[in-house]
Amino acid sequence: MATEPRDGGDLRRTARALPTLFRIGFSSALAYRSEFIVWILATNMPLVMLLLWTAVAKDGPIGRFGEKEFTAYFLATLIVRQLTGSWVVWEMSMEVRQGTLAMRLLRPIHPFLSYAADNLAALPLRGLVALPIAVGALFCAGGEQLTKDPVLWAIVPVSILGAWLLTFAAMLAIGSLALFFESSLAVYDMWLGLFFIFSGYLMPLELLPKELHAVVNASPFPYVLSFPVQTMLGLSSRSEAFASLGIEWLYAAGFLALALVLWRQGLRRFAAYGG
Amino acid sequence: MRRYLRLLGVQLRASALLAMQYRLDFLLDAVMGVFWTASALVPLLVLFSQRKNVAGWTWPEALLVVSWFTLLKGVLDGAIQPSLANVVEHIRKGTLDFILLKPVDAQFMVSTSRFEPWKATDVVGGLGLLAFALQRIKSSGGHLPGPGDAGTAALLLVGAVVILYSIWILVVALAFYVVKVDNLSYLFSSIYDAARWPSSVFRGVVAFVFTFLIPLTVMTTYPALALLGRLEPWKGAAAVLGAFAFAFVARRVWLTAIGKYTSAGG
Repeated sequence: MATEPRDGGDLRRTARALPTLFRIGFSSALAYRSEFIVWILATNMPLVMLLLWTAVAKDGPIGRFGEKEFTAYFLATLIVRQLTGSWVVWEMSMEVRQGTLAMRLLRPIHPFLSYAADNLAALPLRGLVALPIAVGALFCAGGEQLTKDPVLWAIVPVSILGAWLLTFAAMLAIGSLALFFESSLAVYDMWLGLFFIFSGYLMPLELLPKELHAVVNASPFPYVLSFPVQTMLGLSSRSEAFASLGIEWLYAAGFLALALVLWRQGLRRFAAYGG
Repeated sequence: MRRYLRLLGVQLRASALLAMQYRLDFLLDAVMGVFWTASALVPLLVLFSQRKNVAGWTWPEALLVVSWFTLLKGVLDGAIQPSLANVVEHIRKGTLDFILLKPVDAQFMVSTSRFEPWKATDVVGGLGLLAFALQRIKSSGGHLPGPGDAGTAALLLVGAVVILYSIWILVVALAFYVVKVDNLSYLFSSIYDAARWPSSVFRGVVAFVFTFLIPLTVMTTYPALALLGRLEPWKGAAAVLGAFAFAFVARRVWLTAIGKYTSAGG
């Protein structure tokens, strides 16, 4: 059974357990390092898109984007994606199917927290390999594209954290669906498909037809990727950035609440088959 | 030979029966197929709304590449990926021994162990796109493929399937050494995604890699060029020959790898 922290004592116990959880997460990331490198390499889409759009921009800029702007845009995309990536939906679906979720439920800590610790603990290793290269390339190839506004720079880390939380919470919500039916991964595929188009992963969102802009901005997807990237490159104004920040965190909170509800409902049906 | 054909029949029937159990998956796969194809078209649409011509390709011509990409993806996801993902699972659990014990060629056995017929929706989608692209080329007065061009394209399709299969066999052979390679398939799909763009977009080192090391160019751009009547015959011949050479190498590697295999004690 899931044990939610009920009083101060539980909360303190959870806080005490966190460093250990981080250490475990980091060790397991280290143990599966070859798998990690594969995951990192698999995030190559921004690079393919970079090649594609710069090839197109050779004959002249598209909207605000010339060769340099595209280069900076997709390198920033790569960085944000590496920092905010999560895979908890696969983990959950596998654990539910194989019944190993029971092990996680036995621990006196909310499973969402242990998933989060696993994910966050792996970030340093992910970052270690990919980030220096991407950040270096970004400064060399598109240094002058980066914003010089300190306020925007202050927003960047908060927006990246929010993007991670939003991705993670959405994955938790979709992963919790695995407790109800088998095809939760298909739902995630749907999310991923929409993400590709509407998050700015394949192209800067402003290049989409104007009629779509309102719909896209109301969806959660731009806040997962496009918003931190745009802020980093100074493509949006301060007021726009603040508004986006609010929407991003609202979405994150909303998905987290949804995930908690689905999880609690779904757990009643979980019978730990196998295990 | 007859025995192997009969065995293939049995395996196909088993897969078909399994697929019939999950009929709802058909609907899901069909919807997802359409959805993914459509989502893949969005950047292309945006691109060609800005330009008439990208890296030497017009909109319907680029669509030919996408249609070939979708078609091949259907083959990959329906006939190649499922069985070989199975093998990786077998290796990890140690149950591969049961297959190795059977008095037939192990590579044949594992390569035919699972088909997912519902994934054929992508093949249908690819053919639909192909028809649409050809119709657009016709209405703009472009070159329509003659029987020779179509024959070359079909040969290249065979070559592409052989290459895809060989790459997969190499990945599986790797699983004998490092065991945890289920996400290598993910890596491969993510690289294969680049094949939906005409290869002239890529330059320098990347162009070299995509032509010779991971021959995406050969798989989708060459057939499209053949249909447009723009592929030099020697390139087509080299591509097909290369594909079979690749398959030969993959077979050698598989045999070496399986020779080194020391069961996980299933």
